[in-house]
Formats: sequence, structure tokens, C-alpha cells
Amino acid sequence: MPCTIPLFSFPQEVLEHIFSFIQLDKDRNTLSLVSKSWYDIDKCSRHRVFIGNCYALSPEMLLQRFPQLRSVSIKGKPHFADFNLVPEGWGGFFSPWAKVMAQGYPFLEELRLKRMVVNDESLELVSKSFRNFKVLVLTSCEGFSTDGLAAIASNCRNLRELDLRECEVDDRSSHWLSYISESCTSLVSLNFACLGGEVSFCALERLVGRCTNLKTLRLNRSVPLEKIPNLLRRAPQLVDLGTGTFSMDVHPELYANLDGAFAGCKALQSLSGFWEVLPVYLPVVYSICPRVISLNLSYASIQNPDLMKLISQCQNLQQLWVLDYIEDTGLEAVAASCKDLKELRVFPSDPHGVEQNVSLTEKGLVSVSEGCPKLHSVLYFCHQMSNAALFTIANNRPNLTRFRLCIIEPHTPDYLTQQPLDAGFGAIVQHCKDLKRLSLSGLLTDRVFEYIGAYALKLEMLSVAFAGDGDFGLHSVLSGCQNLRKLEIRDCPFGDKALLANVAKLETMRSLWMSSCSVSLGACKLLGRQMPRLNVEVIDERGPENSLPDDFVVEKLYIYRTLAGPRFDIPTFVLTIDEEQL
Amino acid sequence: MEGLAKFECNLKATELRLGLPGSDESEKQTQASPNIKSNKRPLGDQGNECGSENNSSVSDARGGHQDTAPAAKQQVVGWPPVRSYRKNSFQAKKNEAETSGLFVKVSMDGAPYLRKIDLKVYNGYLELLKALENMFKITIGTYSEREGYNGSEHAPTYEDKDGDWMLVGDVPWNMFITSCKRLRIMKGSEARGLGYAA
Repeated sequence: MPCTIPLFSFPQEVLEHIFSFIQLDKDRNTLSLVSKSWYDIDKCSRHRVFIGNCYALSPEMLLQRFPQLRSVSIKGKPHFADFNLVPEGWGGFFSPWAKVMAQGYPFLEELRLKRMVVNDESLELVSKSFRNFKVLVLTSCEGFSTDGLAAIASNCRNLRELDLRECEVDDRSSHWLSYISESCTSLVSLNFACLGGEVSFCALERLVGRCTNLKTLRLNRSVPLEKIPNLLRRAPQLVDLGTGTFSMDVHPELYANLDGAFAGCKALQSLSGFWEVLPVYLPVVYSICPRVISLNLSYASIQNPDLMKLISQCQNLQQLWVLDYIEDTGLEAVAASCKDLKELRVFPSDPHGVEQNVSLTEKGLVSVSEGCPKLHSVLYFCHQMSNAALFTIANNRPNLTRFRLCIIEPHTPDYLTQQPLDAGFGAIVQHCKDLKRLSLSGLLTDRVFEYIGAYALKLEMLSVAFAGDGDFGLHSVLSGCQNLRKLEIRDCPFGDKALLANVAKLETMRSLWMSSCSVSLGACKLLGRQMPRLNVEVIDERGPENSLPDDFVVEKLYIYRTLAGPRFDIPTFVLTIDEEQL
Repeated sequence: MEGLAKFECNLKATELRLGLPGSDESEKQTQASPNIKSNKRPLGDQGNECGSENNSSVSDARGGHQDTAPAAKQQVVGWPPVRSYRKNSFQAKKNEAETSGLFVKVSMDGAPYLRKIDLKVYNGYLELLKALENMFKITIGTYSEREGYNGSEHAPTYEDKDGDWMLVGDVPWNMFITSCKRLRIMKGSEARGLGYAA
């Protein structure tokens, strides 16, 4: 006889245990809607949270909603801040979060911040407030110095991960690393590749030697090649290595030493760094190439044939970041050798060059799309593209989930037909049904947005620049694309009509960025008035906005949904359209 | 200085010349040709590239291009979308590399034109000689202190700071790369004299 005990009559501990198997935020959110008791149980047992926009709620709200967090991830500035489009001082300050969390989450273990302004005081507060602090990952952050790192190093006795990804750090001293206690052996991941200055080599060697679980070590440029053998010999269990400078003045034994050291790292599968590469030293990594699944050569000035030779030995490569020095020929070699390739990023070696310095065209990308069946993520900078090539890519790779194409010159048409690239991108969204992220470039009319609105059903993030004819384009996207979360637009002739016709949509998205478009201040005011749960920020460095007429075209506009209302840390060049002002 | 450049450019604009308005042969950039399909655009000032792109108008310190060529494309803020972190890393390195190369001319007897190589790229004599062998499709053979390159068809020589022609390999590598002004690959028969002690 089946025993049917209703789920809701289980004791709290049992429910909690069951809930612990449900990890996805989406599912936990659903759980919390079932009943008040389920809401409470989820609330107290939720240990990790991801906040996509630091201004979507206040730190106090977070503490109230989830009082038992152990892992917090927060994102600050909008993506276009990466390209200097967000003025200095706009926001994304970590300090208020640090203060509230220091009080409210004594058991916090992990902090992951992206595009936030973090100061030394906050780092020190973090280092002293959380006894069990283990993981600090700062991506594209700024505002702190090596003093803050020293505080983390000395006070976080259980530090497992210290990961600085492309941060701007004020490098004041090399001693911060030495502050890591001699008794600390828990480090699993250390990444200081973005630091400009030297670190104490002795401290580094001792640290690497005693942390037997160290899996990731990413050095900065100041660590010379001759230090690598010693480090590798102390950490043969290393999985991920970021080299320092990969060149050295004349030193006869170094080559043999390096060769042997690399050969000893049987678990090494991820390589990065490679600043200032002397090609003659490259063969020292050949022995590990067959095991390498991730290779970041995007800071390396190596050219073909050395570049091709290196990559074609990595037959198990899954992720490749490289400069356009690889050229079409190199990408053909990749297509032939790297059958497991999942992600390709090709960056421009000379983004502002007048003449194209390398032979990299759409053909390289087409080769890879043909030869690599698992390719699903692409970031590609080039100078020419054709609709035909995009059709081919779309047909070859319907499994694409991220497709970011940057044709360097704005408004560049199909170089074969001189037509806009609408049809090509249309093919991409039509065939690649799981496409989550798309970046457009080249000559594009409103047509491409019609395609996107109609076919890009799973699209979550769209980046647009120098495209479209008018409001219809924006309207097509905002009225379609059910899953759109982030939309960022620059230099497009989109104006008030499309925006005001789709106000409800904006609350279903995380954020909308529009700069150098045709939106008027009046429309922003209307929008702000209609939608109290949106922050409508007008960013304009040209002067005070309160005296401006309604038909004034705003320079930059950032709209995001929020529960916290207008923010308090707003700089003078930002105007939040507030109900009270209207 | 910028004011003077602007003044001079204004003078140029009123000059009576044959040619399209805005075209000026003395300018390095080819922005005068009204080629719509051209991908060319004037290089911004070095300072502009490394993150001081706070305005969208180009501030080209090479002198008033804005005034003479209204069709000139300006460097756009934040485009192409390469992260400043990445741009700065690479730009700094490029500048370093460009200024610290040690390029010397290499001639070979009988070859119609000269080549140029960067001595900094090589680790030592072995690599240099291999590279020269590859470049000119010759064999040079092994160096010995006593015999020089005796026995081989070619002998690599170099002109040092004092203007003397020396045999490649006699001095330590570091000394060699700092004193070498140019290289010459001599026919073996001619080089024999150099291999013997005075």
C-alpha cells in the first residue's frame, strides 16, 4: 500500500535537505512561491546569490531577503563601461555592500565582483569580517591597491582563491604576497596577471611550494621565464598556468630546464600569459600541448609559422583566444587539428591601424565553422564580411550560442555585393535557435532587427552599434525577443517612439543602454513617470540637465529595473528621472 | 603650436592650387581621396589610443587635419570594442618592441639585394647562423676559434663599431649584438684570411 504523506507536512529539516538538491536560482525562486513555510525555508537555506545589477536592490534588502548567505556575486557597471563609454565616477561602488555584509554575513565565504569600484578599506573590512573567507574573485574592477591585497593576504587564513581578472590595481609594493601567512596552505587558485609591478619571488616560491592543492597559477609580466622551472617543479599538480614574460636574454641551460619542468606537469591543461614571446622558447610547451584544452595567446605577439605550429599540436583544444596574427591560414590549421574546439576569440592586433596588417578575413571564421563541429561561442574581429559567409557559418553551426562579430570599420557592407549584412545575420538568428548572445556590426538596416525580433527567441543579450534606419528597428527587437535581458546600443538612429511603445518590456529586462542615439529628455521623463520600478538614468557630461528643454537629445541613457528606487550615490552628471521631479 | 598649425592650414586652404579642395600632397594620410569604400582612416595620436578617449573629436597633434580634410574619419570613442585593459597591455608592448629591436643589414656576396634581421630575436650564434642559412639557402658550417669557418663555402663576417670587419663568433654573443653594425656573408675563399691569427 503506497504511503502518501503530503510533502508539506514534512518537518522543516527534511524539506531543507530536499531543497539542498535544488541548486538553480530559477528553481529555488519557484519553490519559494509555493507557500509561506516553503518561502521561509528557502530564505534561510539559500546560501548563494547572484546580483546582475548592484542597483537593482539595496544591500539591506539583500540581507533581509536572504540572511544566511555564504556566497555573493555582484555586477556593477554596464558592459559598455569596458569601452570607456561610462564616465568615471558613474557608480558601481562596493563599499555600501561591504559594510552591510560585514555586519550581516559573518559566515560569508565567497565574494565575486565584476565591474565594481572596490577600495582598500572595503578589502580590509572583508578580510577582517569573515572568519571563514575563502574566495575572492575581482573581474574588471578598479579603485584598490596592493595595500588592499595585503590585507586580504594577511587576514584571510583560509584563503582558497585570489583571482584578479583584468583589474586596474594601483601597484604600490611587491610585498603584498609575503603577507600570506606561512601556515596558509589552502590556496587552490592564485591569479595576479593584471598587476603591473613585481612580486617577491621568494615569497611566491615558498607559497607555491607549501600549497600542495594549488591548481591555478597566473603570473604577471614581472615574473621572468627563468623563474618558471622552479615554480613548476614545486607545483607539478598545476592545472592552469599563466606565464609571465616568455622571453629571456641569453641563457643556455634555461631551455632544457624549462622543457623538463613543463614535461613534469602532467595535469597542465590551460595556458595563458605569453607576454613578449621569443619564438625560440615556444617548443618547451610542446610536450604538454596534446593535453591543453584552453589556450590564451591574446597578449602574445607571435606570428605564423610559430603560432600555427604551436596551436596545431593542441589537438584537444576547446578554448582558443588569439590575436589576428593567426590569419586565415592559421585558422585553417585550427579547423584541421582542433576538432574539439568550442570557443574561438580572435582579437585585433592593431585595432586603430590605417592599413590592415594581417591577412585575416571572413574566410578564417568560415574554415573554423566548417571544421569544428562543437564550436558554439565566437568572438571575431575582422575587416570584411559577406552575407554568403554568414549563411555558410549559420548552416554549418546551428549550435552557436554566442556570436559576436566586429567588423572594424562601421557601416561596412558585404564586400562582395556591397549590400547590407541584414540577410547574413538573419540567417544566423534563424538557424542558431539556441543563440543567447549576439553582437552585430557592419552595414545594417532595420531589416536585421526584424529578423532578430522574429527569430531570436532565446536571445538574452544583444549589442548593436552603427546600425538601423529608425525606430522600427528598435521596436522590432523590443516587441520580439521574449528572453531579452540586456540590450546595449550605441550610435543608432533609434528614438522616442520605439522606447515609449515598449515600456512594459523594459521591466522584463535587466537593463537597456543607449548612447549617441536620438532619445529626447522628454521621452526619458515620460518613461520615468510611467514606470516607477525602472531607474531611468540620463548620463550627460555636457552640463546640468535641470535647465534643459524636453526635446534635448540625451547623450547616454541607462535604464534598469530596480526595487531600490533612485540611487543615493549619483554623480552630478547623471540625472535619474524621479517621480518627484515631474 | 597647435594654433600655428591651424593658421598655416588655413593659409593652405586659400592657396591657389590644382587639385581637390582639402587635398595636400605633403600630408602623410591619404584622407584627401574621396574613396567611400576605403577602410582607411587617419591614425589617432598615440596618446589617444591608450585610453584618453574622453571626447569623440580627434585631437591629432600632428596638426590640424580636421581643418584641411572635412571628410576625414575621426577616431570614435570605444570603437572598435576592445577593452582598454587589453589595448593598453598590447600597445605598451608594441611600443617597447618597436624601439628595442636591433636591426642590421645582411649582405651576401653575389646576392642581388640585402636582407635585414633583428639580432635581439636570436638566442646565440647557433640560432643566428641557422637563420642566415635558411634565409640565403646556404651552409655555413661550424665555427672554430682556430680555423674560423674554414672548410665551408661561406663565412659570416660583421662590421663592428670601429668599422673593422670581424669574423662572426669570436666574441661573446652579448658583446657581438651590441657592437655589430652590419653583416656580410663572404665567399669562403675570400674569408680565409680572417681566420688566421695576425
